[in-house]
Amino acid sequence: MVNKKVIVTGGNRGIGKGIVLSFLDKGYSVLATSRDSNNFDFSHSGLKIADLDVCDQSSVEGFQKIVSEFDPDILVNNAGTTKDNLFLRMTESDWDEVINTNLNSVFRVTKLVVKGMLKKKWGRIINISSISGSMGNSGQTNYSASKAGIDAFSRSLAKELGSRNITVNSIAPGFIQTDMTDGLINDELVKKIPLQRVGNAEDVASLVNFLASEESNYITGQTLVVDGGLFMK
Amino acid sequence: MSEVLEKVVEIVCNQLEISKDDVTPDSSLVEDLGADSLDTVELVMAFEEEFGLEIPDDEAENITTIKSAVDWIEKNS
Repeated sequence: MVNKKVIVTGGNRGIGKGIVLSFLDKGYSVLATSRDSNNFDFSHSGLKIADLDVCDQSSVEGFQKIVSEFDPDILVNNAGTTKDNLFLRMTESDWDEVINTNLNSVFRVTKLVVKGMLKKKWGRIINISSISGSMGNSGQTNYSASKAGIDAFSRSLAKELGSRNITVNSIAPGFIQTDMTDGLINDELVKKIPLQRVGNAEDVASLVNFLASEESNYITGQTLVVDGGLFMK
Repeated sequence: MSEVLEKVVEIVCNQLEISKDDVTPDSSLVEDLGADSLDTVELVMAFEEEFGLEIPDDEAENITTIKSAVDWIEKNS
């Protein structure tokens, strides 16, 4: 059994839900958040849930007290959204919404946990990015910019916190079967993936588990890709 | 030793994992006591918490020795 404590934002569905379930399965204590905690359709003795709107600074400030009491060892910044459109048709509000939800949220929520990790001289910050952030994707100028921002944020913070044994990495999933990618996945896409299938939430969760564990002690500032081989650098 | 000085020395020794014997009021946090840039930020946060103060960033930059920390805290509490 593991006695570490982990926060997962956007933990009620999709990749976030897969991450929460895999941590619970390994015996971690998990604090999972959602914009509306009624969205959780599962429960577990090791699971606490909380309302958190990562887009809203006052909601994040309200969350500070819960974080301080929970005293996390690991943070998984998973909450995210898309608002796809060709650049010519993209409005400034589409742009702002995605940058705010995906990138500004990482700044806000990470602020809540770093002090505690500094005191422990141990910590793991794992940011869920996307291969769109490295390879680009038509219709996703906002989303890919936000994800590239997350990768760069992770590298800089990794340099700042490395001396305190706090690692910061991002994970870039490819096409993962969730509500968010429902309309995007088709046979033609699957043919382009060397492993010939789309991913599932567990494929991402197992990498998150590894980065959260002692086994990843010497890995920081990286963007690790889990995409079936779709994007090779 | 004033109460503030005593508390400041204790906080610095805890943060930097050094012995009280190595610290004098004139000790420079960075040059003499080996604090790195993150330590200095953490120390300011610890002083703020301990003494219930808010130390503005531009004044925090001037807190470079034990004595300068004590002086600032005594002047502002």
